[in-house]
Amino acid sequence: MKLIVNGEAHEVAAATLAELLAALDYEGNWLATAVNSDVVHTAERAQFKLNDGDRIEILAPMQGG
Amino acid sequence: MLDVYGTKLPSRLLLGTAQYPSPAILADAVKASCASVVTVSLRREMAGGRGGEKFWSLIQSLRLRVLPNTAGCHSVKEAVTTAKMAREVFGTNWIKLEVIGNHDTLQPDVFGLVEAARILREDGFAVFPYTTDDLVVAERLLAAGCQVLMPWCAPIGSALGPVNVTALRSMRGHFPEVPLIVDAGLGRPSHAARVMELGFDAVLLNTAVAKAADPVGMARAFGKAVDAGREAYRSGLLEPRDVAVPSTPTIGRAVFQ
Repeated sequence: MKLIVNGEAHEVAAATLAELLAALDYEGNWLATAVNSDVVHTAERAQFKLNDGDRIEILAPMQGG
Repeated sequence: MLDVYGTKLPSRLLLGTAQYPSPAILADAVKASCASVVTVSLRREMAGGRGGEKFWSLIQSLRLRVLPNTAGCHSVKEAVTTAKMAREVFGTNWIKLEVIGNHDTLQPDVFGLVEAARILREDGFAVFPYTTDDLVVAERLLAAGCQVLMPWCAPIGSALGPVNVTALRSMRGHFPEVPLIVDAGLGRPSHAARVMELGFDAVLLNTAVAKAADPVGMARAFGKAVDAGREAYRSGLLEPRDVAVPSTPTIGRAVFQ
């Protein structure tokens, strides 16, 4: 499946958002996720089905002003 | 003590966490400033990356309130989504709401700001809107449910200090009961003292400390300036006069022929 993850194209065999995170070596309870500009909460990732062309944002705490 | 959304803050300085030379200097600067709140952000994490985890551990070790921002968001949708993601990661409903309207000046898109503020207040967020000193916008933000306003005093990172003191004074006068935090544009401790002397409740700054030659020393200086400005405001400042008035009593003055 072709996905856009943090702005970059990926070809990944992942049916759900949780599977995608595992496949790309993302782990930790400090991550926040959104698919096609809508938040997907941690508890929803295992059930959240991905579709070809989905745009996924994976964010983490960072310095800010 | 300053009360924002039912939380009492022991310090009137809110400090940003970006652009410091190192994490250790950031931590030391925060401590030296005696800030009660630190601002943080969310950015893309690299695959397999642990940068976010390290930073979040450092922030948690400071044991201060965290105010996540929506920096860099240029639309209502972006800002609202970012706020919701921040709430999940940082475990707080506090959000410094930025909806940027211009790339060069980083001035807020006040129309989008009001709309995003309404959406987030209805969703239970404690919204700290980064706004201008415009009184009508301020009214709209309050009508949208905001209980705190954060006017700029100059563009973000400009270090210009209060460029429109008249507007700031007017804002303070119009909203005597609303917590007003000057956010953005402060370059020197004297700027912070100036706005605190005007009666503003707190200041939020970042670049002036982080980019100083000695961020820890500058953080301490800003902390003192905020306290000095607040105490001066509470103590009643002497208004300027056009004529000289002798401070030494004239009665009993010796006369020499």
